[in-house]
Amino acid sequence: MKFVDEYREPQKAEILLIEIEKISKTLNKHVKIMEVCGGHTHSIFKYGIEEVLPNNIELIHGPGCPVCVMPRGKLDDAISIAKHNNVILTTFGDTMRVPGSKLSLLQAKAEGADIRMVYSPLDSLKIAKENPDKEIVFFGIGFETTAPSTAFTILQAAAENINNFSMFCNHVLVIPALKALLDNPDLQLDGFIGPGHVSMVIGCKPYEFISQQYHKPIVISGFEPIDILQSIWMLLKQLTENRCQVESQYTRIVTHEGNQNALKAINEVFEVRDNFEWRGLGNIPNSGLQISDQYAQFDAELKFSTPNNQVADNKACQCGEILKGVLKPWQCKVFGTACTPENPIGTCMVSSEGACAAYYKYGRFAKAFSQLKVDENKVIA
Amino acid sequence: MCLGIPGQIIEITDTKKKLAIVNVGGVKRQINIACIVNENHPPESCIGDWVLVHVGFAMNRINEEEAAETLQILQELAAAQAALSN
Ligand code: SF4
Repeated sequence: MKFVDEYREPQKAEILLIEIEKISKTLNKHVKIMEVCGGHTHSIFKYGIEEVLPNNIELIHGPGCPVCVMPRGKLDDAISIAKHNNVILTTFGDTMRVPGSKLSLLQAKAEGADIRMVYSPLDSLKIAKENPDKEIVFFGIGFETTAPSTAFTILQAAAENINNFSMFCNHVLVIPALKALLDNPDLQLDGFIGPGHVSMVIGCKPYEFISQQYHKPIVISGFEPIDILQSIWMLLKQLTENRCQVESQYTRIVTHEGNQNALKAINEVFEVRDNFEWRGLGNIPNSGLQISDQYAQFDAELKFSTPNNQVADNKACQCGEILKGVLKPWQCKVFGTACTPENPIGTCMVSSEGACAAYYKYGRFAKAFSQLKVDENKVIA
Repeated sequence: MCLGIPGQIIEITDTKKKLAIVNVGGVKRQINIACIVNENHPPESCIGDWVLVHVGFAMNRINEEEAAETLQILQELAAAQAALSN
């Protein structure tokens, strides 16, 4: 497949790994790189990228999976809306198994709520037209990548006067979350692999504070294995050359200014919330979107009353530490035992982009094996 | 969740609603092209464009020159490595 296969060729990976190996030797220190986006986490585990990197290069898996950062209270709210008799709740498949405080959407559906998975938010408008006596509520989640699609959906609902459609808006923003991470003293990072598809919407400019105020390099990356390796190489080059800049490896998709049509739609339909709760990270100022006054008629939060509670995470769950990159999945006590993709306790085990699920699916045997090797060494020593 | 797949626009089905058909790895899908059209690029001019598809929308055009340039860097690295090992 064009624009995919050429970024998966092993020979190209080999070339980059030789360069990465060379630079990592000259750096002569332990380097921690955070990949912010869950899509990168998924690729990194799927292609075993961690296993082939030199020992002194560590990847820290960041909070960029919208499913993983969804707090339990928000799911409770979505379920309470879905339980109204005349409501059809539509949502992306990713949200179906996220545990709320009592139920997931999938369980609520089994109990009789009309909850339907859609591929595109636009599908909700079709359902709204087919069911004029029902209220259709789209449970919208996602970062800046997804926000343009829901903004255009609302613009289309307005243009077509579809009055039985509204959206429960839970969009979150990457930049405030990055800032919160950078202000966390527990986390010492040397640089970032930036989210490629968020950046296709917002451009490269919004990351400049990372290099200017926090003096860290960031390389915006594509999602194929060659993309990620090339981005790691570019980051390491910045580190050896004592540079900290916003660079893009993903120039085939990302422009400096971002996508103006998408940004215009977001700015017209949404406004920034003063505060938004992230699972594991707590309240982060200015980190969520809500529907603007101009489109208030499409705001499900105004059409329906919701419990709107902040619900603490399950005691056993350490997703917060995972999302901040402070703990690794296998360090959570319930990982792979009480918490599995079939029966997730925490959100990081639900989405295939969550560090726990990605690691459970692709990496756990390799890791167990490499730890075995370490232990053997200890015995020998 | 932020995943996107490359596809090529093969037909414009509704210029007003900005709908097109895209070929994604042999599978044809209807997508919305509102993010990639403007006065310089009206819907009719989008046929043949490679785009990144996410939740039923073409989010950006794929820049073929930039794509080639990124891969060119790898060729240069390979050449330098070959020269060193000779
Ligand atoms: S194993 Fe489960 S509970 Fe533990 S951090 Fe991962 S998702 Fe959360």
